[in-house]
Amino acid sequence: MKHVLTVLVENQPGVLARVAGLFSRRGFNINSLTVGETENSHLSRMTIVVEGDQPVLEQVSKQLHKLINVIKITDITELPSVIRELVLIKVKTSQQSRAEIVEICNIFRAKVVDVGRDALMVEMTGDDDKIDALVELLRPFGLKELVRTGKIAMVRSTKNKSKINEEDELNG
Amino acid sequence: MVLECLKKENVTTVFGYPGGQVIPLYDALYNCEGLEHILVRHEQGAAHAADGYARATGKVGVCIATSGPGATNLVTGIANAYMDSVPMVIVTGQVPTSGLGKDSFQEVDITNITFAISKHNYLVKDLKELPRIFKEAFHLAASGRPGPVLIDIPKDVQVAKGEFVYPEEVKIRGYKPTYQGHLAQIRKVAKIINQAKRPVICAGGGVILSGAHEELLKLANTVSIPVTTTLMGLGSFPEEHQLSLGMLGMHGTCSANYAINEADLILALGTRFSDRSTGSVSSFAPKADIVHIDIDPAEIGKNVFSFYPLVGDVKEVLKALLQLVESKENSAWTSQIASWKTHYPLSYDRESAEIKPQYVIEQIHQLTNGEGIIATEVGQHQMWAALHYTHSKPRHFISSGGLGTMGYGLPAAIGAQLGMRDKLVFNIAGDGSIQMNIQELIVAVEHKLPIKIVILNNGHLGMVRQWQELFFNKRYSSTVLSCCPDFVKLAEAYGAAGIRIDKKENVVKALEESIKITDRPTILEFIISPEENVFPMVPPGGCIDQMMTGGTKK
Repeated sequence: MKHVLTVLVENQPGVLARVAGLFSRRGFNINSLTVGETENSHLSRMTIVVEGDQPVLEQVSKQLHKLINVIKITDITELPSVIRELVLIKVKTSQQSRAEIVEICNIFRAKVVDVGRDALMVEMTGDDDKIDALVELLRPFGLKELVRTGKIAMVRSTKNKSKINEEDELNG
Repeated sequence: MVLECLKKENVTTVFGYPGGQVIPLYDALYNCEGLEHILVRHEQGAAHAADGYARATGKVGVCIATSGPGATNLVTGIANAYMDSVPMVIVTGQVPTSGLGKDSFQEVDITNITFAISKHNYLVKDLKELPRIFKEAFHLAASGRPGPVLIDIPKDVQVAKGEFVYPEEVKIRGYKPTYQGHLAQIRKVAKIINQAKRPVICAGGGVILSGAHEELLKLANTVSIPVTTTLMGLGSFPEEHQLSLGMLGMHGTCSANYAINEADLILALGTRFSDRSTGSVSSFAPKADIVHIDIDPAEIGKNVFSFYPLVGDVKEVLKALLQLVESKENSAWTSQIASWKTHYPLSYDRESAEIKPQYVIEQIHQLTNGEGIIATEVGQHQMWAALHYTHSKPRHFISSGGLGTMGYGLPAAIGAQLGMRDKLVFNIAGDGSIQMNIQELIVAVEHKLPIKIVILNNGHLGMVRQWQELFFNKRYSSTVLSCCPDFVKLAEAYGAAGIRIDKKENVVKALEESIKITDRPTILEFIISPEENVFPMVPPGGCIDQMMTGGTKK
């Protein structure tokens, strides 16, 4: 099962290497890892998607805790949260297919950010399912290049998903 | 400024080896009062000596090396300390900050290399950070689950001048070890201890690290719980005690391993359930509930599932438990234990005319009254020393447990002797291991350390030979040391005393003679049978009650 961990760490050189090294050393599988500065410039927040059952996850989190630079770990898999990923896709186009591709993008609220003679670059933010769906729809046209950021996540302030948040999710 | 930091931490002895990027540091060490620098002959020796010093004294061991090869030579020693949770601070020189990342002469990224084998490490890029980093490093090394901490200091930072203010306190947001156990959980554990019919305590190195041996003895006595120890836990419980089962695991005693597999409760104290202790995990202690008490939460549930986890310092937790457990006799279980001990004692061919290594170890115990500090290398001799010496005091058995580092014993014995001048220090070695760091012998000579180096010479890399005999059809691939130095001449060449013993009747005499030599180390080379094996032995991956006991039952 996939778990999403948000990990608060000290913003210091080498922290990412420590975390990444820990995962490879202990044989834990990372699906994705993102890292960036937080509201406090001394701290960074990592979002790590990790695959494993409960005992594995417990070890991951305990071993992470042992790293001196790691301050806090939260498994947000079960918490109401917003999880997002950004994807850039360069898809082959021709005179005939361009309109169809743009239409698909519109349905997904994906943005066309670059247009060339024989390719389009599309940008979209969303969760796993949405991104996968778009990628699959575009695949038949020919994917020239694809890059995903990995997930970032944040726990919602409200305990229950409010309507606004749900709408937000649709628009996201 | 580095030395000022060390003095603030009450460091009196450091082990090291100079080199290009630590010349400024060594310049400060020149004529430095109150800080004795022990010049080793190889950086690995410095790390092991600091490690042995730390284990014998309980203080933080400190070693120094230069950048590049100096630093990489420390790596085995750091890994060794990490595996066995030894508090150490390692100071390495580094190329000047302007040369970092440029593959400068003798540059190596030692912080990166040691990520996986240190509790934490630092690269000091600014002199202003130096005092805080030293304060943190010593705190990290010694507190919680101890471990080695490395500080890499570029040369320009070493020579920089600045105001020296040593911080009073440590503030690390992400580091708060739990010492007091959770009270509700302690009550629950006390209850099941009181209810258990066949409890066994499994004491690991954590008992020694937290200084909990007295509490352990009290608990065992109060509730009549037999105690087995891991290799790292040897000395945490007196082995002459009737409740002592000796060591468990791959080369554990039969009574310890039988007791584990019959127990209905295992009280695991400061142990990480290494594969050498548990054998096959799935068949380990099949009838028992496991209470796992450890200061490192990550150890709980890592190798063995525990229904009753208890995070805390063993000493603190035991103190709390002692208030809650009920005194009892439990004679059914203790008499079962006693009967195992009578029926399956450690055995070897006592009548043999040859020198048996077990006999040598027993005689060392006799002659020292168990008061000696026993360091070991790694191999058969290590297991004989673990099994046949009656360990009764904490910090008196100094051995590479987790990493299994050949070449550890001699430098560790030097460190131990320098930390404990009044103690009689032995290094039990094999003819293979001793050659891995033999260069450190000169350090013992230089400092007039009367260490007894007992070489049990069987002309083989004995432990691997034993495995080849038992599991590889006696194909002795590269384990026959047919060409061996003359250890007596070698001792003399170094200025140490050397005695070769090839007759059983001379064993005691030679040992007595060596004890009289107090101004230099002595090498005692005992010629033992090449075929002698370590028994009992559980085949790797087997269940620990399936022991091979060898053919020489007595």
